[in-house]
Amino acid sequence: MQIIKDGVLVEDGWIHLDDDAPLPQAGSVTVSATRWLKEREILLQRGGSLGLRIGGADDLDALAPDLAGFALITVEFPGLADGRGFSIARLLREDYGYGGEIRARGNFIQDQLFYLKRVGVNAFEFTQAADLAKMLPALEEFTVTYQAGCDERTPLYRRRNAGC
Amino acid sequence: MHTGMYQYDHFDQTLVNERVAQFRDQTRRFLAGELSEDEFRPLRLMNGLYIQRFAPMLRVAIPYGLLSSKQLRMLAHIARTYDRNYGHFTTRQNIQYNWPELARVPDILQDLATVQMHAIQTSGNCIRNVTSDHLAGVTPDEIEDPRPWCEIIRQWSTLHPEFAFLPRKFKIAVSGAARDRAATQVHDVGLHLVRNEQGEVGFEVLVGGGLGRTPILGQVVRPFLEKRHLLSYLEAILRVYNRFGRRDNKYRARIKILVREDTLERFRALVEKEWLRIRDGLLLDQAEIDRVAAFFAPPTYESLTVEQIAVPEKLALSDPAFFAWYRHNSVAHKQAGYRAVFLSLKPQGVAPGDLSGEQMDAVADLADRFSLGLVRVTHTQNLLLADVRKDRLPELWRELKALNLATPNVGKVTDMICCPGLDFCSLANAAAIPVALDIAQRFEDLDYLHDLGEVRVNLSGCMNGCGHHTVGHIGILGVDKHGEEWYQLTLGGSSSNDAALGERLGPSLAKGDVADAVVTLLQTYVDLREEEESFLDTLRRAGIEPFRERLYANH
Repeated sequence: MQIIKDGVLVEDGWIHLDDDAPLPQAGSVTVSATRWLKEREILLQRGGSLGLRIGGADDLDALAPDLAGFALITVEFPGLADGRGFSIARLLREDYGYGGEIRARGNFIQDQLFYLKRVGVNAFEFTQAADLAKMLPALEEFTVTYQAGCDERTPLYRRRNAGC
Repeated sequence: MHTGMYQYDHFDQTLVNERVAQFRDQTRRFLAGELSEDEFRPLRLMNGLYIQRFAPMLRVAIPYGLLSSKQLRMLAHIARTYDRNYGHFTTRQNIQYNWPELARVPDILQDLATVQMHAIQTSGNCIRNVTSDHLAGVTPDEIEDPRPWCEIIRQWSTLHPEFAFLPRKFKIAVSGAARDRAATQVHDVGLHLVRNEQGEVGFEVLVGGGLGRTPILGQVVRPFLEKRHLLSYLEAILRVYNRFGRRDNKYRARIKILVREDTLERFRALVEKEWLRIRDGLLLDQAEIDRVAAFFAPPTYESLTVEQIAVPEKLALSDPAFFAWYRHNSVAHKQAGYRAVFLSLKPQGVAPGDLSGEQMDAVADLADRFSLGLVRVTHTQNLLLADVRKDRLPELWRELKALNLATPNVGKVTDMICCPGLDFCSLANAAAIPVALDIAQRFEDLDYLHDLGEVRVNLSGCMNGCGHHTVGHIGILGVDKHGEEWYQLTLGGSSSNDAALGERLGPSLAKGDVADAVVTLLQTYVDLREEEESFLDTLRRAGIEPFRERLYANH
């Protein structure tokens, strides 16, 4: 399937494993935070890339020591109104220092892409049907941002007073 | 040039223009069937657009209640062009239009953008328009003008990428005076400018206040916050709320519930921990504080002669009608020779807070002639001209009388706060406006009205409490009983420094009995009061019982 990553459409081969699904020996898979905490040792012994799925209720501190080891972290959006993922993505980038791919995954909408990009999300995977090519301009919907974010580290008041 | 209010630069203007373009496209996609109702809802709400009983309702932001005459003329233009020639001012210092057409809302927003206005975040589960003291900058009891801080918060909260999909709405109010005129204790966050023991000015931060189904007063989460840390502290509060606020039940989703269920101590610990982590990266520069504050610097006031200053007092001796207006609808100004003047939007027979397009234009002209071209909206749904020379008050009074904006009732029984109620709102259980008009009629006698002194009567058409009934000295809440409109009365609420939630008086009353009940309650006060005692003081001294007994004696 296709996803948006770093501003372009790319093919994606990650498999998102349910907690009770058998573990394939190869290939790129993501697991939930629950499964990771329960099957950590087994998962570490497996070949292939491993990704972590984080939901709004997961305890980031419990996962913190392991984060750097994941090739992908998905932030789960069960619906567009559940905004916990915005804070989680930002904390992953700014507090926990995660430098890999952060992917918003779930039931969000085009009109949230710009905000998601600003809080550190660099890939977007929709679980409902979506015309991805048509959505790309939404990543650049605004040219002005007041706040500092993961995309622009300096708040507007500093840029403004610096005369730029 | 002195403007007295914040002026957009190209950054601010570009952002608002881009927002208009974004909403135009969202509306187009919705009308074309590309966005579902569920997907469009949060997007339109974040631009202040509700779908109401009869038509969409558009809520336009008036940041901290401050308007230029040019902006007010644009609001008049919108009322005439897109609506039924009136607008409704709200308790959060905004204006609502009740009859716009969905397809034309992008055009309204475009018109607003030409005068540096918008409807961003006037609704939805995001940080709402920040509100403040309508006497900011002119009141003698002020520690510091709160408006620069409101503007700094406005910019920080506008399109904040992390906090656009909160568990529920989030309201911030800022007060800089000794007397709280911004109802800060019933906001999600209330900020008070205070002076500490070292003489430095900073913020006392309250959190977890709110009205609605579960009214709660805010609690002090931090007694003193240095100004430069304002945004980092707000960001820490919002992040904790966004992560841990309840999302399973919209009636339990406000921050007040999180603070109550989690306890203030634990909530504070979470906030302070997050704040320590981020605060050095989010320091406010003095240069920015100064840049914003300069817009609100006091104007160069004129020096009046003793004779000029004495003009209103002199006329008052011979004209009791002027005296009543002067005494009740104008208040002291920090500058000698000036007064701040209320325009009452509560004359007999008019829905509280409503103003016609012609009145808006006329008020804009009066603002230019009498008050440095600025108008303010109060949280009690009136307007204010903040900087009027005393010698010009008689002339202004005559102009206002001709516009039906000089009813001398500010702060009195008939100066009611009232939500749109069942006549407009799809949430309401009962009418509010007709009940308010009915009550007002019983107090047409101005001498009696003035004798009753300061009484705050607040009406809401449902328990969501947009009419602030819980903090009315007399609160009136419309409820639905088997398809009929009934009204629950409360006594003793207040949203000022002595904030309190009203106590329920007894069984609810039929619609036709509410006005009589208010008459009875106030007659009880007159009978009980000692000397100059106010309604609220009498109630607090004598207790609710005598009022209850008198009201229900015949029921």
